[in-house]
Amino acid sequence: MCRIGAIKSLNYVHPSKALQLMNSQQKGHDNSGFAMVMQDLGGIFAEYKDKPTLSLACTDAGLKIAEEILDAVGFKQVFQWVPETNWQAGMDIQAMPNYVFRTFDYPELFKDAPKRDKEDLLTNTRLQLRFAMEKDQTGFAYSFWPDVITLKEIGDPRDIGTFFGLWEPDDSFTAKTITAQCRQNTNYAIVRYAAHPFFLQGYVTLTNGENTFYQKNKEFQSTLHPGYVGFESDSQCFLYTMHYMHRQLGWPLSYYKHIITPLPFQEVAKREDREELMAIRQSLAHLEINGPNTIIGTLPDHTMWVVCDAKKLRPIVVGQTKDTVVFSSEVCGINEILSDRNWETDIYPNEREIVVVDNNLEVQRWKQ
Amino acid sequence: METVKINDLACNDLPWKVIYDSKRCTLCGSCIASCTFGAIKPKIERRRKSFSDTETPEPKITFSATPVITQVNILKHFCRGCGVCERVCPNNAIRSERNPDSRFNVVYQAATATGPKRGGRNNLEVKARTLDTLRVGRISQMTDPSLDAERHTFDCQAPLGRILPATQLPFTIGPDGTLAKSGHTPPVNWIYPIIIGDMSIGALSWRMWEAVSMAVAYLNEECGLPVRQCSGEGGMPVRLLKSKYLKYVILQIASGHFGWNRIIKAMPHMVEDPAGVLIKIGQGAKPGDGGLLMAAKVASHIQSIRGVPKTDLLSPPNHQGLYSIEESVQKMFLSFNAAFKFRVPVAIKVAASATSVSVFNNLVRDPYNIVGGFFLDGIDGGTGAAHDISLDHTGHPVVSKLRDCYLAAVAQGRQGQIPLWAAGGLGKTGNLAADAFKMFCLGANGVFTGKLILQLAGCLGNEHSRCNACNTGLCPAGITTQEPTLVRRLDPDRVAENIVNYFLAMDKELRKLMAPIGNSSLPVGRSDCLISTDKAIADRLQVQYVC
Repeated sequence: MCRIGAIKSLNYVHPSKALQLMNSQQKGHDNSGFAMVMQDLGGIFAEYKDKPTLSLACTDAGLKIAEEILDAVGFKQVFQWVPETNWQAGMDIQAMPNYVFRTFDYPELFKDAPKRDKEDLLTNTRLQLRFAMEKDQTGFAYSFWPDVITLKEIGDPRDIGTFFGLWEPDDSFTAKTITAQCRQNTNYAIVRYAAHPFFLQGYVTLTNGENTFYQKNKEFQSTLHPGYVGFESDSQCFLYTMHYMHRQLGWPLSYYKHIITPLPFQEVAKREDREELMAIRQSLAHLEINGPNTIIGTLPDHTMWVVCDAKKLRPIVVGQTKDTVVFSSEVCGINEILSDRNWETDIYPNEREIVVVDNNLEVQRWKQ
Repeated sequence: METVKINDLACNDLPWKVIYDSKRCTLCGSCIASCTFGAIKPKIERRRKSFSDTETPEPKITFSATPVITQVNILKHFCRGCGVCERVCPNNAIRSERNPDSRFNVVYQAATATGPKRGGRNNLEVKARTLDTLRVGRISQMTDPSLDAERHTFDCQAPLGRILPATQLPFTIGPDGTLAKSGHTPPVNWIYPIIIGDMSIGALSWRMWEAVSMAVAYLNEECGLPVRQCSGEGGMPVRLLKSKYLKYVILQIASGHFGWNRIIKAMPHMVEDPAGVLIKIGQGAKPGDGGLLMAAKVASHIQSIRGVPKTDLLSPPNHQGLYSIEESVQKMFLSFNAAFKFRVPVAIKVAASATSVSVFNNLVRDPYNIVGGFFLDGIDGGTGAAHDISLDHTGHPVVSKLRDCYLAAVAQGRQGQIPLWAAGGLGKTGNLAADAFKMFCLGANGVFTGKLILQLAGCLGNEHSRCNACNTGLCPAGITTQEPTLVRRLDPDRVAENIVNYFLAMDKELRKLMAPIGNSSLPVGRSDCLISTDKAIADRLQVQYVC
């Protein structure tokens, strides 16, 4: 089974916390990888919040391809961070030759472009990079977005942590929002893109579960947006549904649950908003999910949320202190990094609610 | 010795032979009284017997006149093999047997200058069905647990009505952050995914129609299953049109427009909207042919409902006045949408055909959003009356065509916008739940069934040419006849009970299929959970081939 975790804090947090959060749950996952998305960056990236950062793992040939594309589009590099890697004999890691975290200025033509145009440029460029490097597996472009860094690798998460020097906390590489997972895809082929968390235009999701409506979701999403690609994991569908609902349709977050796990017909009939709920269910029937799932996600404004499937077949716990909220598949993860919290206030989300944490760490439980 | 008259009709020319054992017969007459086709009659046979009553043979001859039952060799009264004589015989003295050497198709046309007609089903192609090569093969285990069919809740409903893409929903976001619908959307009714198909009140006896209606009302009001029935072409009793039970009925209009005068006149008095309107363009059992109700079945109440004299009622093969698909959309659909003030979904029923996808594409791309369902009827569907040649030699199976339509919608990102409903031989083996479920997985939102309902009522016909006499008005089960003495054979309460019980069982069986794949709502389009042991079928339907 998969384990997922997320940290949202008023302070900048080092990824070592995420490693600790996940390492304590290692009996529940198979130590086959580590992936994380950091949003609302601190440290060395703090002064580049409005500029897009590319997260890329590639070969030398891939790097050349990427540089050519970025140059052709007109992106100007303003900052670069190269992680110091420490390879040791016996390490379980399938490392790539280059890990690229580069921050850019927008091309001249887009300097004053509307926000949406800039966002589409970033997505199109990332897809261009992805497709160009996909052919010979020369690289993997995970995210290209302001204030976001993505790291994914195959291997033992403890070794991956050591390889990237992530076990030792410091102030230079931090974020207020971190989502993480420690397992490679098991349903389908092992490819780096299939590792959660998934990212698209500021939206992130990671899932513990299995989406048995994968085929329906995938067939429907494939025609909805150019960014809905890959589908290496059935859990990518959750991200695309959130993106479609929240960004493309402009619907509030609270309707996500009504799309993926609609209320039974009998319950809807009793509600005042039954007309709207039925319209949603009808029109987005192919985005309904099934199977056991717990989905953690973040929005572009860094709001963090979690939902479960309609039968609550996967665990999740939310623990909090004054300055930090942690989501974890198992409570031992929270015990590890928030050992002094009041565990009596822990939340075990039920099958009909969304738990939402805003940037002030106000935790809300929305009943579907 | 009689002269051989080779051109006279003989019983061994007919499709069924009556096998009779005079030694067992008590001459009670039950078989003759019950044979609706007049296929048997009493007669006196002259029997010759030689015997000897002395110690040394001294043969003597006696003659006797022996009353027996015999088969009639008249074309109009040929035995249909319904088996009613065998059912009523107290001594097992009589039965009918299929005649493999039948010359019926030849002698019938040679004698009548017309082709044979029958009711019922396609009898020509009786082989393994496509659906029977499919299994639900993606079983949830371990990480993706199966559900409990008894304990978990399942949502088994299907839409009837045009569904807008989410981008076209007239939503506004209120100050409290909730979505509010601020405009009209096409009507959509969520109903049980299995509709009792269109069998008209002329095709069925009044007791049979009453039984179906009772069953549907009971299923809705007592069992909580929102099952709908389709009226078939020919209207409905005015009393029912004005009753609250109209909401359980999908009104059908076909090319004869029979019964619509009464329906339109009843509209101001309707207390409920019908569940939908179904425009019948074609029928799977006899594609390209219109409806056919033989004069024998046009009883006085049918004349009254339809406003016609007692005569053969033939619906034209197409809707007169519709010359193109655009017209069908604009004229018929708009008319019916408007007639019920845009509150009732209007759907179309067509025969499966090599061109079905083109028709579907035209409808799904219509800019008016008014086509609320695509009912696709395959070759194995039933009919009240048709020419044998239509039943046996025209038509298209429904399974691959349904799949083609669904995949056409997928390719355009329009899946679900016009709900797909499929029929034509579903439930042929008696298990409709399995057939329906597989059709859902291939892309159907729902299915409809007619023949199976007749089987539940006691229909004696089958796909091996047994009975199939629905067109004659002589149905031995009282199901498809308007002859009062025959209709009384049918107990409507028992029939309604059978239908209700079957639906309750089927509902449980649907759950028994949803549970192992871990789905609590219908797996429409989930072809990934199907496998096929037939490579050609697997490839054609795009499901996994297994061996």
